[in-house]
Amino acid sequence: MSTASVTRVDGPMVEVTHSGRLAMHELVEIGPDALPGEVVAIRDGRATVQAYEYTGGLRPADRVRPTGTPLTARLGPGLLGRVFDGLLRPLSGGPVWLLPQTPGGSLDGQRWDFEPGVREGQRVDEGAVLGTVPGPGPVAYRIMVPPGTGGTVDSIAPAGKYGADDEIAVVGGASMRLTARWPVRVPRPVRERRPADTPLHTGQRVIDLLFPLLKGSTVAVPGGFGTGKTVLLQQIAKWCDADVIVYAGCGERGNEMADVVTDLFALADPRGGGRLADRTVAIANTSNMPMMARETGVHSAVTVAEYFRDMGYDVLVIADSTSRWAEALREFASRTGMLPAEEGYPATLSSALAAFYERAGAVMTLGGARGSVTIIGAVSPPGGDLTEPVTAQSERFVRGLWTLDRDLAYARHYPAVSWSGSFARDALTIAAWQVSHGAPDWAADRARMLSLLAEADRLTALAELIGVTGLAAPERAVLLTARLMRDAVLRQSALSPRDGYCGRAKGLALAEAVLAVGDRLRRLAEEGRPAESFEAVDFGALVRVRDTAGPDDDAAVVTACDTVLAGLAAES
Amino acid sequence: MNPLAVSYTAVRELSGPLLVVSGVAGVGWDEYVEIHTGGQVRHGLVLAVAGDLAVVQVLEGTFGMDPAETAVRFAGRPLRIDVGPGWLGRTCNGRGVPIDDGPPVLGPREAAVAGAPMNPTRRQPPAEPVLTGVSAIDGLTTLVRGQKLPIFSRAGLPHLRLATQIAAQSTAGGEPFAVVFGGLGLTHADADAVRDALAGRAAAGELTILLNTADDPVIERILTPRLALTIAEDLAFTEGRHVLVVLTDMTSYAEAVREVSASRGEIPGRRAYPGYLYSDLASLYERCGRISGRRGSVTVLPVLTMPAGDITHPVPDLTGYITEGQVVLSPEIAAAGVYPPVDALSSLSRLMRHGARPDHLDVAAQVMAALARARQAAELADLVGPGGLSATDRHYREFESLYLTGLLAQSPDECRTLEETLRRAWQALSVLPRRELVLLPEHELVAHGIKP
Ligand SMILES: Nc1ncnc2c1ncn2[C@@H]1O[C@H](COP(=O)(O)OP(=O)(O)OP(=O)(O)O)[C@@H](O)[C@H]1O
Ligand SMILES: [Mg+2]
Repeated sequence: MSTASVTRVDGPMVEVTHSGRLAMHELVEIGPDALPGEVVAIRDGRATVQAYEYTGGLRPADRVRPTGTPLTARLGPGLLGRVFDGLLRPLSGGPVWLLPQTPGGSLDGQRWDFEPGVREGQRVDEGAVLGTVPGPGPVAYRIMVPPGTGGTVDSIAPAGKYGADDEIAVVGGASMRLTARWPVRVPRPVRERRPADTPLHTGQRVIDLLFPLLKGSTVAVPGGFGTGKTVLLQQIAKWCDADVIVYAGCGERGNEMADVVTDLFALADPRGGGRLADRTVAIANTSNMPMMARETGVHSAVTVAEYFRDMGYDVLVIADSTSRWAEALREFASRTGMLPAEEGYPATLSSALAAFYERAGAVMTLGGARGSVTIIGAVSPPGGDLTEPVTAQSERFVRGLWTLDRDLAYARHYPAVSWSGSFARDALTIAAWQVSHGAPDWAADRARMLSLLAEADRLTALAELIGVTGLAAPERAVLLTARLMRDAVLRQSALSPRDGYCGRAKGLALAEAVLAVGDRLRRLAEEGRPAESFEAVDFGALVRVRDTAGPDDDAAVVTACDTVLAGLAAES
Repeated sequence: MNPLAVSYTAVRELSGPLLVVSGVAGVGWDEYVEIHTGGQVRHGLVLAVAGDLAVVQVLEGTFGMDPAETAVRFAGRPLRIDVGPGWLGRTCNGRGVPIDDGPPVLGPREAAVAGAPMNPTRRQPPAEPVLTGVSAIDGLTTLVRGQKLPIFSRAGLPHLRLATQIAAQSTAGGEPFAVVFGGLGLTHADADAVRDALAGRAAAGELTILLNTADDPVIERILTPRLALTIAEDLAFTEGRHVLVVLTDMTSYAEAVREVSASRGEIPGRRAYPGYLYSDLASLYERCGRISGRRGSVTVLPVLTMPAGDITHPVPDLTGYITEGQVVLSPEIAAAGVYPPVDALSSLSRLMRHGARPDHLDVAAQVMAALARARQAAELADLVGPGGLSATDRHYREFESLYLTGLLAQSPDECRTLEETLRRAWQALSVLPRRELVLLPEHELVAHGIKP
């Protein structure tokens, strides 16, 4: 056996000398407490290891034990409805204080109901489903033949209760268990990538109407502190139509994690059958937990997502916040004396971000099913400066960008998604989907909304110079319509009991209602009606209907719109 | 064997706050260190170990140290301190050494000063307020038990007075309460003012003061907040108290972190602060919270001065990214002679909705909406003159002045009940036409005598 020992400790960076073999990204156990660490550089018999626990008390000459395997995630029953740390060790049921010696709880000893789906003698290929284990809610675990294996089923376990590491089948001479391990930094293989074609309905109007995304897409959400990143992502986690949500809290607040977990456990799944938590896997690496585990946390999250994707599910990964793992990379790089690039970040930052977002996609799985991984990552730019490296690099690799605007947030306009600073590269594909799903005008409506908002911004800037009275009546009609668009359609309080989530029909109805009112206003203005007359009209019925109508009540929206249009007609 | 018995004298380097000693064996990272130099004892923490070298950060600084007359002893483990109720009623320096003529503080238990992360699944989401007796906070940016809510201020504004007032007056609905006050880089005059204002709380045995004054060693400030939080965690989670930790001024703390980083030749980040300042600050602020199934709570109120009033400066910016809202003080309101000069529109308590009653939330939302509208009216008045304002706008101007004098303004020793605060909020709102009060439900309007 090779021997390895610590030569240097500087926070999470540990240098090790070793005489035997040691591989890049190998997992090692450091010191008397066997702290987990990962080899990130090797040179002349010395290795640099990043430690995933507090290294207080660790000394030169302490032993280091190579494990011979890379850092892996344990994939199997027990993931749904639980909270894990960045190394995917269970936190649920763990001690109050997380110490290197007692890092979390344990799933050992749990047993799961297994229902076989194949017969002895049958031929199965990689990715084929051997059987299922029911989940706590509507999502069942499909136990698959691991990538790279396959053959004839030599034996299959009968229906019954099994432990995570019990053998449930022998295929081609290889033993298969309920739980499999997979290295977190390696994307799980698929049969082929296929073009994403189905929108992810988020229930947030500004997203679904203006900056939508496809199942299998990627979005970055940059915004200064307090602009609403976490609330927006949590709303999407609660209400979007993905099958499985992997929520990775990365270097953020403990109270927020407690809140999201409590919420998910309290809320019933809108798609029936249990609680929202039952289709959620939460990965928590709060800002005071060991810093380097932030990076593994996001990789663990995508690995878990790929695992469920391979079962044929649509999975959403939420990473809040990607800036915090980028900072962990920077911190580590600076301790190893790596030459810094922009703002101290290592030159590898952009490839690290690209590799992360590349793991999203719509695929044909090895087993021949359709599945997808969608990634939404928050970005926390220092000082709200959107030119900083993490924001600038992320923008290059994502299909969608939702920039949160400090001025909108300051005016308590939530979600504070900027219409001028955001984009959706999936919009064309989604337009085609909307046409075939009963909304032929979706793309035209979207274009009209965007141009209305842009036009209003231009006019507002003008009005600040010459005063609003200097604008012509049709221009003031545009300003009024845009205000209605913001207040009646785009605003959506996460706290509203009826409007926290908005169904597709209600969202479309609201947008079309305001566009219709806008058309009428413009016509009135062009007919010579003074702006003051229509500005004094009470639009309350239209502005409030988002809160008073239920999430799927598009009829109420149409009624409110008719009331307002009738009021306008009566005026003239 | 007592590890402190072995002493190393091969001091190779002294520079800034750092000491490098060679020939050491078995020294661990983050260990506590005693340094005997010229008849004095100083203290330090191990920043790095490599082979037989240890880099030590000297809390008292290296001023006057002679390598030839310096001996370094390692404690064999990271710093732990005694914790327990013995800290209550005591005043100590920034390293926890009493300066009140009392004996050293001993306790029934020990705790590691570095703390340990709280398992997020064992956290109890914050709820229920800490009532501070200050209308601006209780009424509009409610402080919630287990929250971290900073005060963002600027040089010259009365943030210390406000923080002290909060420390003196706060209560948690009659449940056992305590304040741990960590002063970082305070002037002696300020330190005396703090002690005077908190004398009552000290006499009641509900207060611990840790004071690092402006002429105390700068590097000591790195330890002070950690001591404060370690003491607080024990008072909260073992003794069952609701503990408010006031840390002022965190900008001075961050400067000490920057100084150590610069001495180590680390790559500087924004404004020369190290890249790990976010994680460093988080390792303090995140120690607030509640634990499910236990009685106490730790609430953290950091105070910081924004250099040149710049909210994008790394210290307020990173703090804002960690804390759950912010209370912002405004020089304009202070210039108008109003204390406390809280700028309600830029302030926010993100957890208020968990700590305030529904009727309270309605009034607060209406006050905020009215303030926003009053601000627009004020801007308009600047352009067109007060004569050009509509009647409604004039009502809003009137509301704002009543808000400032009746609700916001209070004297530094006045402790208002929540009911009194809400009464004053209603009073200010009552000058607005009824149709403007759209965020208040009908029955509330009637109950407060605002008739249709
Ligand atoms: N959609 C929303 N509905 C209602 N309130 C919101 C919404 N979005 C944000 N808020 C308000 O803004 C506050 C801050 O939002 P949030 O915590 O999401 O900010 P953030 O961008 O994640 O900030 P940080 O970067 O500091 O984590 C919330 O506590 C809430 O009061
Ligand atoms: Mg957030």
